[in-house]
Amino acid sequence: MSNAELAEFTPKLEGLAQDQGLDFYPVDFEVVPPSFMMEVAVYGLPVRMPHWSFGVRYIYQYIQHRMGGSRIFEVVFPGNPNRAYLVNNNSLPENTLVTAHVLGHADFSKNNELFARMQSQVGYHIVEQAAERAHRIDEAINEHGQKRVEAALDAALALEQNIDINFPINRAEFPERMERRRREDPHEHGEFQGRFSDLPGEQEELDTEGGSGSVRAPIPPRPEYDLLWFIAHYAPDLEGWEQDIFLSVREESFYFYPVFACQIMNEGWASYWHARLLREAEFLPQQLYLDAIKAHSDVVRPYAGDKSVSLSINPYHVGFQMWEKIIEEHGLDTALRLRAEEDDFSFVRNWLDENLAEELHLFSYKTRRGRGGEEQYVIQDRDIHALREAILHPKFNYGAPRVYVSEMGTDGSLMLQHDHQTDGKGLDVDRAQKVLEYIQRVWRRPVRLSTLDGKGKEQILERS
Amino acid sequence: MSERTEYRYPSRMATENRWYDLFSRGSRDWLRHNEKVRETVKEELPNLISGSDVLSRPSDRTVQVPVRFLEHYRFRLRDEQDEGEAQAGQGDGQPGDVLRRAKPGEGESGSEGGSGGGELRFVLELKVDDIVDWIWEELALPDLQPKTTDALTDEDLIQEGWDKRGPRARLDRRRTVKEAIKRRSVQEEPTPFSNEDLRFRQLARRKRPATNAVVCFLLDVSASMDETRRKLAKSFFFWAMQGLRRQYGDVEAVFIAHTNQAWEFSEEEFFQVSATGGTVASSGFRLALDIFEDRYDPAQYNQYLFYASDGDNFGDDRRSAEALLAEMGAMVNFMGFVETPQNPLEASKSEMGRLFKALAARDYPVGSYTVHEEGDIWDAIRQFFQHQSEEVA
Repeated sequence: MSNAELAEFTPKLEGLAQDQGLDFYPVDFEVVPPSFMMEVAVYGLPVRMPHWSFGVRYIYQYIQHRMGGSRIFEVVFPGNPNRAYLVNNNSLPENTLVTAHVLGHADFSKNNELFARMQSQVGYHIVEQAAERAHRIDEAINEHGQKRVEAALDAALALEQNIDINFPINRAEFPERMERRRREDPHEHGEFQGRFSDLPGEQEELDTEGGSGSVRAPIPPRPEYDLLWFIAHYAPDLEGWEQDIFLSVREESFYFYPVFACQIMNEGWASYWHARLLREAEFLPQQLYLDAIKAHSDVVRPYAGDKSVSLSINPYHVGFQMWEKIIEEHGLDTALRLRAEEDDFSFVRNWLDENLAEELHLFSYKTRRGRGGEEQYVIQDRDIHALREAILHPKFNYGAPRVYVSEMGTDGSLMLQHDHQTDGKGLDVDRAQKVLEYIQRVWRRPVRLSTLDGKGKEQILERS
Repeated sequence: MSERTEYRYPSRMATENRWYDLFSRGSRDWLRHNEKVRETVKEELPNLISGSDVLSRPSDRTVQVPVRFLEHYRFRLRDEQDEGEAQAGQGDGQPGDVLRRAKPGEGESGSEGGSGGGELRFVLELKVDDIVDWIWEELALPDLQPKTTDALTDEDLIQEGWDKRGPRARLDRRRTVKEAIKRRSVQEEPTPFSNEDLRFRQLARRKRPATNAVVCFLLDVSASMDETRRKLAKSFFFWAMQGLRRQYGDVEAVFIAHTNQAWEFSEEEFFQVSATGGTVASSGFRLALDIFEDRYDPAQYNQYLFYASDGDNFGDDRRSAEALLAEMGAMVNFMGFVETPQNPLEASKSEMGRLFKALAARDYPVGSYTVHEEGDIWDAIRQFFQHQSEEVA
C-alpha cells in the first residue's frame, strides 16, 4: 500500500466532504499492523485496562482472523481530534474507501445529539483518558496484587451495560444519605476515622438523625439502575482504588453507548458517504475507484459468502439502504437533520418502511429446538412492526436485562431486583448467581437478587 | 465539560511504523485466562486423576486435558427452550419456512465475544509433576522421608550436578535460564523456554545412595480381572508411581502379572496381559521377593510393593501367601493392596483383604484401598499418601 498516495488523497476527500455539508473535528489517522488492529477491536480502545476476558475475545478474533473469517477494516474513536486506525496490509483502494468511511463517522459523532451529549460529558480525549486509567490500574496491581484488582474488574466489567444514561455521568449522591462507613484512602483521613466509625453503638446512632427520631430516607430513594455508580458510591467497604476502577469502567461504558445505540444509523451513514465521496472524487485513478467500490460491496453486502439468507442483519447494509432512500426521497437536508436528532430506535421505527423491508427481504424468525436438539429457525412473518421490534430488541437497555438496586439494608446488605415485567421473563439463574459472586467480592456484605424462575415464581438468589 | 473553542486544522496521516509491534496485550490477557483455567482444573483434581483417558504412559511427562474457555458472566435473560424473542434476518424464505445452520458461527458477529465462550474448546497440557504438586498441596502433605533402615545411616544429602528430569521442587531456576540463554543464542527462531532447558538439582549421598527406590506393581490377571478393573488398578499404580517419583526423583519399577503362576513384564506389555487360569497370589509374591533380593539390595533401595486384585485367592494358597507377605513386610518400606472387588460391599472381606488386614493388625507397613469406580481413585491415592506421611510423623 502506498502511504504517500493515501496521505495525498486524505485532505482532498475532506474538502469534498465539507463541500457536501459534512462537518467534523479533525481526524488523526494512523496506519498500523493487523495485530495491533485486532487488539484495538477486541479492547474497544487502543490502550485499555487488562482483564482476562479480553484475552478470550482476542483468541476468538485471532482464530477468525486466521481462518480468513473476519477482517477489520477500520476503527475510529470519536473525539477532538478523532482517532482512526487503518491496517497497513489493506490495499490502497481499500484504505481510500476506509478514509472516506471514517469521515462519515466523524461527521456523525460530532453532530448526532446522543454522541455530542456523551462526548461533552466524558471529554473529547477518551483514548488518552483510557490509557491513563489503564496505567493507574497497572499501578493498583503492583500495589494491591493481581487477584484483588481482578476481582474488582470481574465485577465492574460484568456490569458494564448496567448503567443509566438518563442521568449525567457526574451525579450527586442521594441527599439524605446514610453515613457511609467507607475506608477512605488512608492519605485522606488517616486510620483514625475508620476505626472510630466501628465503635460500638455507632450504627444505632445513624438510624436517627441528630437524635430527633426522624427515620432516615431509604437508600436508594427510587429504583437505581446504574449499578456501577451505586456500587462505586455506596459499597460499605470499597477502597478508593476500587472505586476508581468502577468509575473507570462506567465512564468508558458511557462513551461506548452511542456507538451501540446508533450502530445502524452510524455505519449506514459512513457507508453512504464513503460511496458518495469516492463517486465524486475525480482525482482518484479510475482503476483505484473500481477496486474501492468492489471493497464497498464487500462491506455492505447482506450475506456472508455465497449464501442467500442470513440470520442476522448487517447494519452497514441496512443502514446504507435506508439513508440512500431517505436522501433520494426527502433530500440531503432532511438526512442531515435526522443524523443529528435520532438514534436507532426512532430511526428504524420511523424510517424502515414496508417497501424497503420487502425490497431487502428482511424477516423476523424464532429459534426452536428440533427433535435432535439442533437449533431450527422458523421464519415468522414479514410484518413490519414485528420486524422493527426484532431488530431493536437486542438494543434495549444497552442490551442487558433491567436489574436495579431496590434497597440497601441497615446492615449494609444489597438488594437487587430484576424488572422481569419489562423484560418479559426471568434471568438465567446460573449466570446471575455468578454475577452476584463477583459483586459480593467487592460489596463484602450480603447481596441478594430477586428474579423469576422457569415457572414464573419469584426466586431470591443470595450470596453472603 | 464545556465546548472547546473550535479551530480547524487538517487531519494528519501518521504512517511511520511506531512501537505497535511491541503490543501484545491480547496475548498477555490470554495467558492470564489460561492461568485461571489451570486454577479451575486444579479444583477438578479428583476428576482429573481418575479420568482414565487422562492417563498417558508414565514415561510421558504431561497429560492433556480438554477444557472450555472461561466465561465472564453477565446478567442474561433466561433462554426459553422454545419461542424466545424474535430476531431479525434477511434473505429468501416464506413465513413458516424452517432454516438450519449450515455450519456453526455463521452470521454471528463477535462484538459481544466476552461471554458465551462455550463452544470453542482447547487442550491444556499439564505437567504430571504439576498435578502431583497440586495433590500435595491439596492434601497438605509433608514431603515423605525415605524410611531408613539400620543399614542406611542417614547422611546429609549433597548436591551433585544437574539432571534434565526431576521433581519440581528441585528445579534449579538459575541453571535453567542459563541453559535457555545458551540454546537461544544458537537457534534461528528460539522459543523462550523448552523442556530441554530444564535443570534439576540432583541430590546424592556419598557412598550409599539411599534415595534409590524401587516399586513393584503386581497385578492379578486371572479371568475375573476384566478391562475395567485393570484400568482402575493402572490409574492407581500411575499416581502412586508419580508420588514416589516426586519423593525419590528416580524410581525403578518392576511389573509382575500372575494367575496361578507369575511372570515379569515390561511396562508396555504389562497392561495388555490377559490370561486365563486360577488365582495363586503366592506365585506373584514369590517372584517379587526374588527380584527384590536379586536386583535391589534393601540396603541400597527403598522398596515398595503394590498388589492389585479383586481379592480372590485359592484357599489352599493362604498359608504360603501369608508367609511370603510377612517376609516381604519385614523388608520393604510399604506394601499396598488395591482391591477392585466384584462387589464393593464385600470389600476387605475377601480372601486377600482379610490377609492384609491381619498383617496390618500385626503392625506390618501395609495399607488397603478399595477402588470400585473411577471416583474412588482419588480417595485411594489420598489415603496412600496420607498414610505415608503419617508414617514419617
